[in-house]
Amino acid sequence: MNLDSLIAGALNSPLGKKAMAAAGFAEATKLRRGEALPSGPLALGVVGESSAVADALAAVGLSAEPALIDSPETRTKDDKGRDQAPAYPAKIGAVLVDASQVATVDQLEQVRAVLRPAMRGLEPSGRVIIVAADPATASSVEQAAVRQALDGIMRSVGKELRAGATANLVQVADSTTPAQLGVVLQFLLSGRSAYVDGQPLVLADVATTPAPEGRIVVVTGAARGIGAAIARRFAADGARVVVVDVPMAGEAMAGVANELHGTALQLDITVPDGGARIAEHVAQRYGEGARIGALVHCAGILRDRMLANLDEVRWASVLQVNLAAQLRMNEVLLDPSVAGGLADGARIVAVASTSGWAGNKGQTNYAASKAGVMGMVRALAPSVAERGIVVNGVAPGFIETDMTASIPVIDREIFRRSSSLLQGGKPADVAEAIVFLADPETPMNGQVVRVCGQLIVGR
Amino acid sequence: MADLRNAVLVGGNRIPFGRIGGAYASATNIDMLTAALDGLVARYGLAGERLGEVAAGAVLKHSRDFNLTREAVLSSALNNHTPAYDIQQACATSLTAAVQLSNRIRVGQLDVAIAGGVDSASDSPIAVNDRLRKTLIKLNAAKTPMNKLKTLATVRPGDLAPEVPAAAERRTGLNMGQHQAITTKQWGITREAQDELAAASHHNLARAWKDGFFDDLVTPYLGQTIDQTLRADTSVEKLAKLRPVFGDEPGASMTAGNSTPLSDGAAVVLLADENWARERNLPALARIVDAETAAVDYLLGQEGLLMAPAHAAARLLTRNGMALQDFALYEIHEAFASTVLCTLAAWESDDYCRDTLGLPGALGSIDRSKLNVHGSSLAAGHPFAATGARILASLAKMLAAKGSGARGLISVCAAGGQGVVAIVEAI
Repeated sequence: MNLDSLIAGALNSPLGKKAMAAAGFAEATKLRRGEALPSGPLALGVVGESSAVADALAAVGLSAEPALIDSPETRTKDDKGRDQAPAYPAKIGAVLVDASQVATVDQLEQVRAVLRPAMRGLEPSGRVIIVAADPATASSVEQAAVRQALDGIMRSVGKELRAGATANLVQVADSTTPAQLGVVLQFLLSGRSAYVDGQPLVLADVATTPAPEGRIVVVTGAARGIGAAIARRFAADGARVVVVDVPMAGEAMAGVANELHGTALQLDITVPDGGARIAEHVAQRYGEGARIGALVHCAGILRDRMLANLDEVRWASVLQVNLAAQLRMNEVLLDPSVAGGLADGARIVAVASTSGWAGNKGQTNYAASKAGVMGMVRALAPSVAERGIVVNGVAPGFIETDMTASIPVIDREIFRRSSSLLQGGKPADVAEAIVFLADPETPMNGQVVRVCGQLIVGR
Repeated sequence: MADLRNAVLVGGNRIPFGRIGGAYASATNIDMLTAALDGLVARYGLAGERLGEVAAGAVLKHSRDFNLTREAVLSSALNNHTPAYDIQQACATSLTAAVQLSNRIRVGQLDVAIAGGVDSASDSPIAVNDRLRKTLIKLNAAKTPMNKLKTLATVRPGDLAPEVPAAAERRTGLNMGQHQAITTKQWGITREAQDELAAASHHNLARAWKDGFFDDLVTPYLGQTIDQTLRADTSVEKLAKLRPVFGDEPGASMTAGNSTPLSDGAAVVLLADENWARERNLPALARIVDAETAAVDYLLGQEGLLMAPAHAAARLLTRNGMALQDFALYEIHEAFASTVLCTLAAWESDDYCRDTLGLPGALGSIDRSKLNVHGSSLAAGHPFAATGARILASLAKMLAAKGSGARGLISVCAAGGQGVVAIVEAI
């Protein structure tokens, strides 16, 4: 037994858990995952006059009751004579704040008034969702400032919430329809967003349609870990999945492909004709007229070294796999004349990393590649909008995979506890966010969504 | 037969071949064949599909594996309603399986089928010797404890020596290498020529791996990602240093370097009716045009044990009105480097072709740059029953790349003095 497993064993023993609790480390809550919605009722508070959130909920068959409002009039005294905010009679599943009409600093008080009773009224894995407009489209400086203020509220609330509850902000566009907002709210309310926390979701003006039956989804890096989880999740939705990974990972990949009744393509994506070989595979296996409905760039490698020890080989290999290969593949697959390329209205989702936001010791190469992916997402989205192609990214934080299992146990525990949810995410959590962004019904474009349980860092 | 359909080779899959006692030391034939099937299924999206038939086999087979292929199908991602049977023709097993299934598809009895082979030199079926086996049968039949004890008491220490399968011919007691050494001497094949062929096999195979040729032909297994017996850095000089292991000194020339290594592995090919394949967007790479099997009487030493392909080729070419030079590629299984060289020498010999093969004259020589261009058994290894499928899949891919109508010739020698030769043509 090595030191790592000794420490891990000690931490997970009853005594270890007690010691951790005594030291102020709360134990992580098992998160609500999957399609499940909160079990308690939804509460809705509206700032000013707006039916945006109520309409959106109705569009997806949900409804909410009025949220309790904290004000001097609604407070009660406890037996020691101290002020108590109004309390929900039973735990609520979520509180939604319709702040889409908020325009002045004074109106932010109404947000506080809605949120205060909810802070202790939420069930485990409950949800705080604030809906506002994009600061970029504000008509006055104060309105822009106030809309941005909501982001700060949301992030702080996320850090205060306990027991697996999350806080997120939705910034709607002028074009956002109730149905579009409904799709986003449903995702956030459901267990699919379990590990998305402290995240603003910026909605865009994109045409949304239901996903076509059996669309072709290509996932790179799909032999194991996050990539395999992504492939599984798409297959569960009825997609025909093409799993791509390096020839060396062929055995594991064959297992994934066969489990999902998909096809396996053994390919080192860094070869010059990587994109062409994917297109060729798609055209050959699914017919000359077949096109890719969604492309997920998940293949990625780590070659960590402090920069003082980093040579050109480790530098290049990470940038080639994680960034250059994606750029090259996109170029080929986005060519409308390429048989087996991306369909009009296709979705591209690229996997970035919170390291790309925050940087990380020993990861100049990795962070460069992942920040590069975010840059790619933002630049590519407008350039392919003409064909209705939508490009987004996800930035996973600490996810429990074979890759992160190799991190020393103390560091691993620190990473887990650096998130507001006090735990690592699962590959399936990343998969859910990717399937959401790859869904033609999701009105987002050019965005990178963190799936990190609100790590300390991140935009 | 006017209404024959077109049976096409869709593609193939194998696991990297392992050295005896190497990567697959604890894998069984069923494990390896299942892995080869699963890789094929994944490549062509056949999970859950019911195929017409799977025919495969092993040369070294445990008696409990009498239904080896069916068991592998059940373990694989194929639909459990896929029928299967075992087939065995020594080193030609999977080539013969492919020829048979191709014909079944052509006459319309099957739409799609898989031919394959597997062998483990590591997990070989060690048996108890004949005396002990007979004693154990008696023991089983004994009714009373006393009789059982009496029977057991007849076991002698010598009975406990296991019987290990050897690549030896039952009728001559000579192993294959010893047989080939005789043929090598008869044809005057030099040590240098053998070592050159062996080095080329390694270099060609190494280049193919490096170029990604096997990306869609091989699926790694148990962490092994490349053929384990491949020596990319070997050379004629290094091979020249090895001591002969077969044949009598002086003049013995066959070494471990220019003889195929004992190995473990499995290979399969997917065959289908051309229309069936096209309807399912599966590639149609090539077809088996014709095939011929020959057997020679090697008992009295007038013909070499592994010379049957020379005979089969003569008959096959005559039947198809083709010259030996009419092929874009040649795949001659490298049982030993000298097997290939003896076969080539035989085809080049006026006397032999006239007197032994009954031809008007020599078949002639071939362009050696078209021979085993991506390596063969000397480098890749030779899990006996798997070799035919390995060759067929690689050749089909190479011919398809050369363009419609390109033809290749496969020659595989087999124990018992047999040999199978096939003409393959790109669709």
